[in-house]
Amino acid sequence: MQPLLSAKDLHVRYGAVEAVRGVSFELQQGEIVALLGANGAGKSSIMNAITGLVPTASGQVMFDGKDITGSAPESLAPAGLTLSPEGRRVFGTLSVADNLRMGAFALTDKDAISAAWDRVYDLFPILRERKDQYAGTLSGGQQQMLAVGRALMSNPRVLLLDEPSLGLAPLIVDQIFDLILKLRDQGVTLLIVEQNVAKTLQVADRAYVLVSGEVVEQGKPSQLSESGTMQDAYLGAN
Amino acid sequence: MDLFLQQTVNALALGGTYALLALGLAVVFSIMGLINFAHGELMTIAGYVLMYCGIAGVSFVIAVPLALTASVLAAVAMERIAFRPVRNGSGATMLVTSFAVAMILQVLFQNLISTRSQPVLLPALLSDSVRIFGMVIGVNKLAAIVATVVLLVFLDWFMKHQKTGIAMRAAAEDFAIARLMGIKANTVIAGAFALSGLLAGVAAVLWVSQRASVDPLMGFMPVLKAFIAAILGGLGSLRGAVAGGFLLGFIEIYLAAFLPPEMQEFRDPIGLGIVVLVLLFRPNGLIPSATLKAEKV
Repeated sequence: MQPLLSAKDLHVRYGAVEAVRGVSFELQQGEIVALLGANGAGKSSIMNAITGLVPTASGQVMFDGKDITGSAPESLAPAGLTLSPEGRRVFGTLSVADNLRMGAFALTDKDAISAAWDRVYDLFPILRERKDQYAGTLSGGQQQMLAVGRALMSNPRVLLLDEPSLGLAPLIVDQIFDLILKLRDQGVTLLIVEQNVAKTLQVADRAYVLVSGEVVEQGKPSQLSESGTMQDAYLGAN
Repeated sequence: MDLFLQQTVNALALGGTYALLALGLAVVFSIMGLINFAHGELMTIAGYVLMYCGIAGVSFVIAVPLALTASVLAAVAMERIAFRPVRNGSGATMLVTSFAVAMILQVLFQNLISTRSQPVLLPALLSDSVRIFGMVIGVNKLAAIVATVVLLVFLDWFMKHQKTGIAMRAAAEDFAIARLMGIKANTVIAGAFALSGLLAGVAAVLWVSQRASVDPLMGFMPVLKAFIAAILGGLGSLRGAVAGGFLLGFIEIYLAAFLPPEMQEFRDPIGLGIVVLVLLFRPNGLIPSATLKAEKV
């Protein structure tokens, strides 16, 4: 079956530094796929290159059968692909409701927009309660929910989640992982970058392990956990 | 007391014009980090449209919308031709580009129209005055205050409740993420320029209706003042720009009115001294931009 999202021999460079060196991966419809690796392994660079936030040096990204390599970021949300970025990056000077409204910017159909509001408020009742509050005044966990909610407002078929549980209290972390499974049940295909490896491997269907911008291992969580590569990837041994 | 109230009206009229100009600079700066020194030439363009309309016998009621349309179109064209190619350049690159645009336009005005100041025909009503609460207020001053208030209320509503306005605020805070939502970079930036063109156009109408003349360098001084006002208010902050504009207007008018005659020649240094003093205590301006503050933390 043709993958919904795939990258082939992807390279990302920042000046002389090559952050991503020939990474290839694919996501099938309905999968949860994780990118794992230590800080600086190139995970976020891959996410940002897919969404056009950083330029792709070479390689190819395909989404839904179309070449989206180097597309402008604004063209992806209407096509059904979006990112909940690392560090949340909610619009702090906008109200919670306006953040969500911006998330739905790409939607034009009125029914689809109102369905998106219902879905996000059902998933995160706290956002409904806080809808008139400035996003900058929310707690970290609430801001993370807002970041994910804002991404969901565009009704994505593929959602990229960059470090969704970073800096959150353990209880909230559990909620985030429950949410990931819930989204999959709703038909969203997910690509996740996470530092919480144990939890990620519990929810992921497959994972790619990155070291210094290269994929060193891939497979189902059960296969990865048995091999020693995972520890090496995080501890930096070669 | 009467003199004080009278001068307060003058300060509101002048400060309002500075506020509109500073707001125009701030709208563009908040979104793309460009301080557009060619903003003044948008004013001049609107001024010349008023002049030509007067010569052609076009009624002022039609001349004003024509002048505003001209400054909006000129602002959008400026973005498309001059600033889009350097959009990803450094702040300095964009700044120098804006100086170049300003100078090219000034030279064009000087060569194609006239180097000298040209009279602008205004309706007689504007030089009338009305009596309110015992004060004699010029219709042009009153019109300036009313126009400023109406425009500020409209802009506040637009930025808070209109999808495009909210998108502009989102883009000002985090451009990359706003684009990720499907907000088009070109649309937001062109929209910001159109808005700044509208503000410069209204400011030009108010400016010209106080002076009844237009010259190739007309826009330079007010925009320099507006730049000071924008910094005074907090660069990149829209509310700050308005506050800074009004404060600068008040400082200038009160100094001109109440400084003893022998000190009048030091009026500008004293005024700027007050600005420096305010900035000493509030280095990020009166109402700092939330985004710029966040970046420093």
